[in-house]
Amino acid sequence: MISLPKFKLEKRETPPFWFQVLMPLLAVVIALAISAIFLAIIGKNPFLAFYNMFMGALGNKFAITETLVKATPLILTGVAVAIAFKAKYWNIGAEGQLYAGALAATWLGIMHLPLPAVIYIPLEIAVGFIAGALWSLIAGYLKAKMQVDDVVTTLLMNFIMIYIVQAILNGPWRNPKTMYPSSVPIAKNANFPKIIPNSRVHAGILLSILAIFFMYFLIRKTKLGFEIKATGANPKAAHFLGINTVKTIIIVSIISGGIAGLAGVGEVCGVHYHLISGISPGYGYSGIVIAMLGGLNTIGVLLAALYFAVVINGAQIMSVNMHIPIFISDVIQGITLLVMLAMLLFFEYRIRRVK
Amino acid sequence: MEKIIEMRNIRKTFLGNVANNNINFVIYKGEIVSLLGENGAGKTTLMKILYGMYTKDSGEIYVNGRKVEINSPKDAIALGIGMVHQHFTLVRTLTVLENVILGLPSPKGFELDLESARKKLQEIIKKYKLVVDPDAKIWQLSVGERQRVEIIKALYRDINVLILDEPTAVLTPQEVEELFATLRIFKNEGKSVVFISHKLEEVMEISDRIVILRNGVVTGERKKEETNERELARLMVGKEVIEALRKEGGTVGAPVLKVEGIKALNDKGILALKGINFEVRKGEILGVAGVAGNGQKELEDVICGVRNPLEGHIYLKDKEVTGKSPKEIVNMGIGRIPEDRMESGLILDIPVYENLVIEFYDKPPFSKGMLINYAEIKRFAEKLVKEYRVKTSSIYAITRTLSGGNLQKLILARVLSQNPEFLIASQPTRGLDVGAMEYIHQKLLEAKTKGAAIMLISEDLNEILHLSDRIMVMYEGEIMGIIDRSKEDVDIEELGLMMAGAKRRVTL
Repeated sequence: MISLPKFKLEKRETPPFWFQVLMPLLAVVIALAISAIFLAIIGKNPFLAFYNMFMGALGNKFAITETLVKATPLILTGVAVAIAFKAKYWNIGAEGQLYAGALAATWLGIMHLPLPAVIYIPLEIAVGFIAGALWSLIAGYLKAKMQVDDVVTTLLMNFIMIYIVQAILNGPWRNPKTMYPSSVPIAKNANFPKIIPNSRVHAGILLSILAIFFMYFLIRKTKLGFEIKATGANPKAAHFLGINTVKTIIIVSIISGGIAGLAGVGEVCGVHYHLISGISPGYGYSGIVIAMLGGLNTIGVLLAALYFAVVINGAQIMSVNMHIPIFISDVIQGITLLVMLAMLLFFEYRIRRVK
Repeated sequence: MEKIIEMRNIRKTFLGNVANNNINFVIYKGEIVSLLGENGAGKTTLMKILYGMYTKDSGEIYVNGRKVEINSPKDAIALGIGMVHQHFTLVRTLTVLENVILGLPSPKGFELDLESARKKLQEIIKKYKLVVDPDAKIWQLSVGERQRVEIIKALYRDINVLILDEPTAVLTPQEVEELFATLRIFKNEGKSVVFISHKLEEVMEISDRIVILRNGVVTGERKKEETNERELARLMVGKEVIEALRKEGGTVGAPVLKVEGIKALNDKGILALKGINFEVRKGEILGVAGVAGNGQKELEDVICGVRNPLEGHIYLKDKEVTGKSPKEIVNMGIGRIPEDRMESGLILDIPVYENLVIEFYDKPPFSKGMLINYAEIKRFAEKLVKEYRVKTSSIYAITRTLSGGNLQKLILARVLSQNPEFLIASQPTRGLDVGAMEYIHQKLLEAKTKGAAIMLISEDLNEILHLSDRIMVMYEGEIMGIIDRSKEDVDIEELGLMMAGAKRRVTL
């Protein structure tokens, strides 16, 4: 009798530890290899391209500072998404929450309040956090209380927020001098100070570092962190065992959205000093890739964010030097996420031949 | 006696784990032979090899003296070997008759020959006393009836050897007797039965011969007349099992948990608890007997705070329990060992030490303000793991990696560490091996002696009989009666009748 071999996925009992370290590295390498194929197809030397990319991001002091400027929002959105995913709040909406934060920061900034920087800047941070948090809370509340699918709500709310921003920029906030759809500059006292001279690196990066410490502390040292891990691992059991999973999801949605909102504050107050509709080239979405590549682990998220800062910044140099479309950085990010997701499957499951 | 099947030096490994280590096993014509052993002893593996579901690594199989290769159940059936699995393989939306002939060629070619099939089916039903309506759909049948359909399916294929994998696990006492009657008819026809079980009493009742497995090797073979339960238990677990009998005495005190007029719906929206009243007293174990699906699960859910009753009240001493959240219920001093240890009692994907405090991580000394003290938690976990002899590589191990018995020990350790006033334990030893079962029984008795009021829900009647001071029987969401063993002896037959809904005592 002839029977075809059948395969099935089997849940691993104990995923080996080295997997967790090796897997993201392998995902990065595989994704670069696949991207190299695309580069080769358009007739560019992939090695030269990647050389340009990495040198463009790390080759000199200026390049490194620009990479840090990019890393600033990426760390924040990565942390925001990672904390959310830990609780299985599938926050695909960091992009929209970033815009909500940017919008609120601009609103406060263009009021040109007579405040010293030591008050104005913390206020900016606070309103940005609150705006992102509230925008995320809508989806968090719907999920926790009514079991509305959070992937759908958070994703779609991105578009709502981005269109709200565009509507405002094309309407009431249109710059009366230039007539461009961008706001007037925010108050000088609301600008984040530069922390590296002759560069664009601003105080926002301190927020990013703070966010990393916050995540570590939250997950490792607080009761809420315990509740987040339990809720994320099995909400039904967590509820049975006395954890208020509704409350946990709601708090996580607030924290996650707030941190994503901070990324928007940083872009407005630290980089652009006014609001434009393209203030984020998809930092919120990159946050998803970063969180996954970082294995939802604090250090992992930091490293992944720095890596993508290199890719995004380096791709600009590569595209200028070699006439490669800048979208190559999106391609690399997308492929990295897909490879990582495929590898996660192997991480949690193994393929067994069944007879 | 004539050997009908002989398995020689059967070896089977799963990813390096030896499940069967050079096992020799013979089935004689016209006998009922039991394969006795704990979970994981290799009983089912051995029989799945015989039935062609697993491929052996090495060894030989002889049927009627002829060497054979069995590569699929189809081969096995052709050789006259049939098997009824623990998990049934029936199509719910088809009738009994349709299920029986499913997969067989029809004598009429493309056309179904239901009439001749029906005739043969009726004969089997009559001859072996396997009462079931051929035209009933599977979903309409009880678990016991479904098992009969599985047996009919095998007999319809004209087999000589019937393998039954833990067949009594899902049956009421009456149904077990009916099954045994069928098996005896089958045997008297000169056919053979392999009865896989870990229940000593049943094995002693039905078998002619008993083969005992432990860790993949045969540790003994006995004729029924030449052995007793103690010896079998020793061969099975490798040590003398201390019989965990109900400890007399202890002081039964005032009611701790009072249940008054509880009505509740099940998940399908049907009334599953029809207004029940009872109480559990300090220092006693109240056993809740009943066939699965008669409201025990809903009662457990209501007491544990995960199902809201329609009506009625539950009080712990004088405090209202109904309507409280799981957290509040735990804080009141109620310990909960839920039926579903994998999906309710534990979170499998977090480390052992987190599971050991998950019901009280937010209390001192484990937490202070918003902060959690993992150092203290780990100290506590180390202590509990040692005290309750939980087998784990360390307290850092992901809980999923532990075996069933050790998962249950984790829950037990967590719950008992809080010295609950009232403890509800639902199916606490289901699926566990004898060693773990003994241990859990011992711990429940200890808790009772220390004064806890314990409610034990179990489908395992032996467990109920071993542990309970009073036995409450549930049937279709109602209490059929409570047997107080300080006042009377248990009449097993009466108990079975009550479980089957055939008898109701006027109580309370």
